[in-house]
Amino acid sequence: MARKAATTRRETLKATAIGAFALAIAPRLALADAASVDAEIKKLYGDKKPAEGKIKLDVPQIAENGLVVPINVEVESAMSAADHVKTVHVFADGNPLPGIASFTFTPESGKAAASTRMRLAQTQNIICLAEMSDGKLYSAKAQVKVTIGGCGG
Amino acid sequence: MHAPATAGPLLSHHNKDARPIPSRERESMISRRDFLQAGAAASALLGAGGYGSLGRLAAQQKLSEAELLSFASTGNVTLIHVTDLHSQFMPLYFREPSINLGVGEVKGLVPHVTGNAFLDHYKIAAGSPLAYALTSEDFAALARNYGRMGGFDRIARVIKAIRAERGENRCLLLDGGDTWTNSWTSLQTKAQDVVEAMNLLRPDAMTGHWEFTLGAERVKEITEKLAFPFLAQNMRDTEFEDKVFEPMKMFEKGGVKVAVIGQAYPYTAIANPRWMFPTWAFGLREEEMQKQVNDARAAGAGLVVLLSHNGFDIDRKMASRVSGIDVILTAHTHDALPEVVQVGKTLLVATGSHGKFVSRLDLDVREGAVKGFKYRLIPIFSDAITPDAEMAALVKKHRAPYEAELGKVLAKTDGLLYRRGNFQGSLDDVFTDAMLEVRDAEIALSPGVRWGASLLPGQNITFEDITNASAMTYANCYRTTMKGEQLKAILEDIGDNIFNPDPYYQGGGDMVRVGGMGFTIDPGAASGSRVSSLTHLKTGKPIEAAREYRVAGWASINQNTEGPPIWDVVSQYLTAKKTISPRPLDAVKVVGP
Amino acid sequence: MSNKPTPRVRVPATAKKDEVIEIKTLISHEMESGQRKSADGQTIARKIINTFTASFNGKTFFEAKWHPAISANPYQSFFYKASESGEFTFAWKDDDGSTYESKAKLSVG
Repeated sequence: MARKAATTRRETLKATAIGAFALAIAPRLALADAASVDAEIKKLYGDKKPAEGKIKLDVPQIAENGLVVPINVEVESAMSAADHVKTVHVFADGNPLPGIASFTFTPESGKAAASTRMRLAQTQNIICLAEMSDGKLYSAKAQVKVTIGGCGG
Repeated sequence: MHAPATAGPLLSHHNKDARPIPSRERESMISRRDFLQAGAAASALLGAGGYGSLGRLAAQQKLSEAELLSFASTGNVTLIHVTDLHSQFMPLYFREPSINLGVGEVKGLVPHVTGNAFLDHYKIAAGSPLAYALTSEDFAALARNYGRMGGFDRIARVIKAIRAERGENRCLLLDGGDTWTNSWTSLQTKAQDVVEAMNLLRPDAMTGHWEFTLGAERVKEITEKLAFPFLAQNMRDTEFEDKVFEPMKMFEKGGVKVAVIGQAYPYTAIANPRWMFPTWAFGLREEEMQKQVNDARAAGAGLVVLLSHNGFDIDRKMASRVSGIDVILTAHTHDALPEVVQVGKTLLVATGSHGKFVSRLDLDVREGAVKGFKYRLIPIFSDAITPDAEMAALVKKHRAPYEAELGKVLAKTDGLLYRRGNFQGSLDDVFTDAMLEVRDAEIALSPGVRWGASLLPGQNITFEDITNASAMTYANCYRTTMKGEQLKAILEDIGDNIFNPDPYYQGGGDMVRVGGMGFTIDPGAASGSRVSSLTHLKTGKPIEAAREYRVAGWASINQNTEGPPIWDVVSQYLTAKKTISPRPLDAVKVVGP
Repeated sequence: MSNKPTPRVRVPATAKKDEVIEIKTLISHEMESGQRKSADGQTIARKIINTFTASFNGKTFFEAKWHPAISANPYQSFFYKASESGEFTFAWKDDDGSTYESKAKLSVG
């Protein structure tokens, strides 16, 4: 059944402390939104518009644990001195802060791919922005659902 | 996107020579309404004299073992599929859903077709054995005629017969999971009983879901000793992302290299208690799936089989996005379809649940491609199939220590009790009523699992019947308070797990069952706005967002949930109640286009 | 407070020239986000690892900037194109100014 359906006060408190599910149904905290992600991107790149494509953004459709959500991002590139991925920024539009991580690659990386794990407070979009060595920008977006869980089978 | 393909012989005709059963006996067994409905439907299809063929004796005569096993074999590889047995050793009644809604792109497609529409779709005669096995139409009446279905000893008999006919060197027996749990004896033996019984069937591979609720340690202990691989391409440990089980196994059958890729239930860690397997992660992992398929082809596979526990809609979507899978053996959603569903070049098989069916798919594989196939969803009519003596003995041995306990009669039911369906079933009402009363709650919540056998009108309700619908490793019945807004959030959250228009975002089982509270649901509405008109049934007043309600429930995925096990709660209620009279199931109103 | 953060790294010991190898790293760290409140309502101060760098023979080839949304015991995987034998240095920089390091040898042949 629902994770919310705790028995003891101790357990309820513990569950609330871990955060993810509590945020999913509790009154909203001050959370980021699409506009704050856009503002972050504007700070970095001004009004330059990213193109779609090149980025393979791999996140789970439904998070198993909002506190530990795997993300893998890979950008198509020759990764040569003349043509490589410089930086990949990862943002989320429903967390207290929009930033997740930024990865800086070099031709020695061989492959512009990186994985990490993140905290997601609720169902939201993950936005990736890749800056290439020629200055071109690419973006990708994917939704991760954060659910209360239970009742399965 | 989908088209029905050729099937094996269908049991869609009646035996015209059947003797009618004596009217007095018939009257006592079939309610007048059921009688009329069944009679009218059968007559409409068969013309004069139709009803007489519905007699039990006739049913048994018609349902000969030879006919059930008849199959015009083809090709060089035979896949035998069993799945979602839920450790049901014994034959049982299991009513298929009357409500199984599809949303988005799958609206109106099988398996989201039920009842008469299902019969029409597959051209199955009302009142026929397949109508009984595959739909909820006239279920109680037909159940009396055709008897129970399933049973490990009958399944063993059928599998042995297929292997004998085709030869072991052409057959692969694949177990889709949800095999080891959800019976009382399995719970008491930590699945040792089922594991031994499955070993006797000698599967070639399996994957899993509820298996993991035995806890990671026990699952590892069992799988390390299995004579066959437990496959799961989509499981990783939560440290360095290592694979937990082998993703794929290559077999040589009928001169063909057959790759079997396993896919465990992708949302196990969400739908079931993650604390029981804290270092295992799941997920769909579609990209990795494509890679597995490519690797299998590169290694010379002429046939690629996905042994999946994704659930039908996820599998249908995956088939449309991952290329190179020849066959997907589906599971999880308990759908039983008498024909394969084709998505591009991929064949999807849906074998049902609870041991009601065994699937046989004969494939003609040449030059690395499927050139032809024949399929039959073999219904396991327990009265018609001879029990396999070896399996029967093993089952008897494992049940012996628990027989007295299992057979204890708690109450009797006046009407049909069942669970399966998107919303509350009459058996769920028994569970939620029991919690409301025994735990003195205003609202009760019961999980929408798809397992749990049905009981016919007039049947005694035994402890086994209750545990068949509740035996699990986290069954404590908690009592807590929740605000109205929390109840609404839970319903919305679980509603989205069932009715998200994108199958990849669906997780879990059917809708949570609710006692003491009614609501309206619009499955096609947007996430977060499907549920409305929450009503406290006792007072008839709307549920107030800020008010706290006393809530009882069971199967919490939280660790250390306190309370008596649910079977004790329900047993206590039934013992006091003596007779159960199911009420109309009108607390949930389904609206929308 | 917790124990000193301990890094763990998975990196192949050998590689062929021009082979692109995957490197996986973990470090034990609570990654206190600065968003949580203690029982008495006080905001718990942020303390995260904010930068991870991977170098080979002294030259940085990959860097990750981490925000408070990165999970506790942060995981990072990335790739490296092997060119010559030498040594990796992996470094994690804490908000409190500490740096935690791990080294691994790679032989290319």
